[in-house]
Amino acid sequence: MFGYYLDLAFHSLRRNKVLTVLMVLAIAVGIGASMTTLTVVHLLAGDPLPGRSQAIFYPQVDADPKGKDANEPLDMLDYRSAVDLWSARRADRQALVVQSQVRLNTAEAGKPPVMTMMLSATTDFFSMFNVPFRYGGPWSAQDDAARARVVVITDDLNQKLFNGENSVGRTLRLRDSDVRIVGVLKPWRPSPQFYAVRGGRFAGGDTSDFYTKPEDVITPFFTGLEVNDGNFQQFTCWQMPDRPGHLQNAPCVWLALWVQINDATKVAAYRRYVADYAAQQQAAGRFTHSGNTRLRDLMGWLDYNGVLPSNVRLQAWLAVAFLGICLVNMVGLLLAKFLRRSGEIGLRRALGASRVAVFMQFMVESGLIGLIGGAFGWLLTLAGLWFIRQQPVAYADLARLDVPMFMLTFLAAISASLLAGMLPAVRACRVVPAWQLKTL
Amino acid sequence: MDILPILSTLRRHKITAFLVIIEIALTCAIVCNAVFIINQRLDRMSMESGVDEHRMLHIQLADIGDTKDKKSRTLTDLAALREIPGVAEVSSVMQVPFGNSSSNSGIKLDPKQKLSTLNATMYSGENLVPAFGLQLVAGRDLQPDDFRDFDEVVRGAAAKDAKSLPHTVIITQNMANRLWPGQPALGKQIYLLDYPMTVVGVVKELIRPSIWDDSAKSYSMIFPMRMARGEYVIRTKTPEDRERVLAAALTKLKEINPHRVVLKKHTFDDMRHDFFQNDRAMAGLLIGVCVALLIVTALGIVGLGSFWVAQRRRQIGVRRALGATRSNILRYFQTENFLLATIGIGVGMVMAYGINLLLMVHYELPRLPGIYFPVGAVLLWIIGQLAVLGPAMRAAAVPPVVATRSV
Repeated sequence: MFGYYLDLAFHSLRRNKVLTVLMVLAIAVGIGASMTTLTVVHLLAGDPLPGRSQAIFYPQVDADPKGKDANEPLDMLDYRSAVDLWSARRADRQALVVQSQVRLNTAEAGKPPVMTMMLSATTDFFSMFNVPFRYGGPWSAQDDAARARVVVITDDLNQKLFNGENSVGRTLRLRDSDVRIVGVLKPWRPSPQFYAVRGGRFAGGDTSDFYTKPEDVITPFFTGLEVNDGNFQQFTCWQMPDRPGHLQNAPCVWLALWVQINDATKVAAYRRYVADYAAQQQAAGRFTHSGNTRLRDLMGWLDYNGVLPSNVRLQAWLAVAFLGICLVNMVGLLLAKFLRRSGEIGLRRALGASRVAVFMQFMVESGLIGLIGGAFGWLLTLAGLWFIRQQPVAYADLARLDVPMFMLTFLAAISASLLAGMLPAVRACRVVPAWQLKTL
Repeated sequence: MDILPILSTLRRHKITAFLVIIEIALTCAIVCNAVFIINQRLDRMSMESGVDEHRMLHIQLADIGDTKDKKSRTLTDLAALREIPGVAEVSSVMQVPFGNSSSNSGIKLDPKQKLSTLNATMYSGENLVPAFGLQLVAGRDLQPDDFRDFDEVVRGAAAKDAKSLPHTVIITQNMANRLWPGQPALGKQIYLLDYPMTVVGVVKELIRPSIWDDSAKSYSMIFPMRMARGEYVIRTKTPEDRERVLAAALTKLKEINPHRVVLKKHTFDDMRHDFFQNDRAMAGLLIGVCVALLIVTALGIVGLGSFWVAQRRRQIGVRRALGATRSNILRYFQTENFLLATIGIGVGMVMAYGINLLLMVHYELPRLPGIYFPVGAVLLWIIGQLAVLGPAMRAAAVPPVVATRSV
């Protein structure tokens, strides 16, 4: 029967082309708009470390003398607290993280130096965040301690400088220091750039900068501090630093510490350890208060910072509302289309077709419209994502349709049109055969 | 025109009538709010900056760091830039409007205050007021003996040596009004890091480099500090000179020191354009959505209208046979659409208000101004009438003879 209904549906769609085009257009535009925005939401709001994120934590203590126990602590750590917590090694893995702008010279003569972002982290960064290597590997803990002049570069930079060859062992010049390449990453594009997320509550919803690409050069933490001394930016200071850019002993917060705790039962112990550390610092007179320490897990930290840009959220709501209107529109048009064929329905019913059969026939027709609408909607989604890739936003390069969202496009189109077809189909199968036959 | 017969017909076609109403209501609710957001963004984009944008250029070189000769290098740069034909003013600055990164500080009116009165941004640089083209509305510009070197100030603040700090400041009119409503600001003191600064001048407007709260957008101060960080602002004599001067300036700077990295080089018009990129994209998107929505709604009305006319051909034929004129029939469908649109608009207004309340909570949008309601209503009425015109004319064209067929 399904084949026959499909045949009937095709026939019916061809009979009134204008109405068919209108309906396909309604579904396609609605699906195109909502799938474009939902794809962006899906890409931006996802888990950047699936399977690992629940074991990653972001400890916070509040060194700000003007802070209060009732308030949230500052988003980052001062040097002393960060290094104390890191060197205690109470978690399974721990990484200090800081970013700075640095002048990068290549070995080739003649090329002008460029300013680029440098990430400085301790070696656990790579294992903790599953950072994939193409050539070489991370530096060792000894390199961290010895402030070795080594560097890991991204695939992007390796393509740019060395045409993608194995560049391990070659040298780069960071500001005035020569550093040896020990590792080259595979393409790595976490979304968001989660290890650098902070200050979201001050961003006023404009958080698209959380989706920038990872830094091109990654050095050991203490090496970075030495190489680029004087060029570090504070998150905030509660007093003027003596020498701006030199923040080791400054009254400033500027460092992030990430820890990995594999065993969920040990999380409470670590939380207590952070609280105890703060209490100890208060007792020693370095902190004025210690009641507002925090240990959020990765997703909790991203939520707290409201990483999804508010424009994106607004657009998604708008697109879904738009789809809703398109559906209401389609209900009306289907109603018109089905009831115009009351005579045909009456005839089928009189010849013995059951109500269910009539209902099924019209649902097949709605589904077919949904399928065609879905195909056009998919094209519109591709066009919409292309449009987003042309926008000057940090997440532009992420906007691509993945397989789940591709499937969802068709699923959504067909289920939307079936939903829209429900009411008209019910009305159509309630047609009283005798009335229709009389007027034939 | 009799409305009662129309109402009784509608009562018998509840579903179709309901669909039209819902569609108009949803469209009304969304379009009202979308247009409101568009207007907000457009307002933001035309925000006054206070600087002479059409004649200004911005060049930022990578900071050369803590070298001893950076002061003399800056003086060389400035002298070279000043020599370029077409240049009116130059300044080495700390930050610029639309620059997106800013230094800000809490301001107190009394050093004993626990919390700051407000947070303002700090501009500085010798010759900044003429280079920005700012308009002084009271007091005077900063004088050479007000100025201190930036490094000297930093060292002074670290050593708690008040002598090496500047004691004068220029503020914006908005900031002055916020600090001392209704009083002249000249001669008053503000406290920055517990050091007093005397207001010697007030400028009409100067927006902050990055704006996260629109109500505090013009809380700016100008400090007498000489900057040597490789960030230059050039004001040209005429707007037409800009491109040429920018190219000449870059060549000059390269000549002086070919090893420097140019981080930014643009006109202020381009900076404004980039600064409001997000707002523009959002406004464009919303305009697209509004147009699409109105088209979809109009097409929906056309579709349902045609269906309705087709369904009632016989009824129309009977009315024509009983003496109704073509224009009677036309009016009937137009009135019917008007009624449905009115109910839809009524429901839509309530929904628009509800959505606005939600947006006020989640996106800190202001309340929807009342003017949107009548304007939205008229727009939807017009669209409804245009959309129904085709089907209604087809209805009016039904010949009376239809009534005699197949009864």
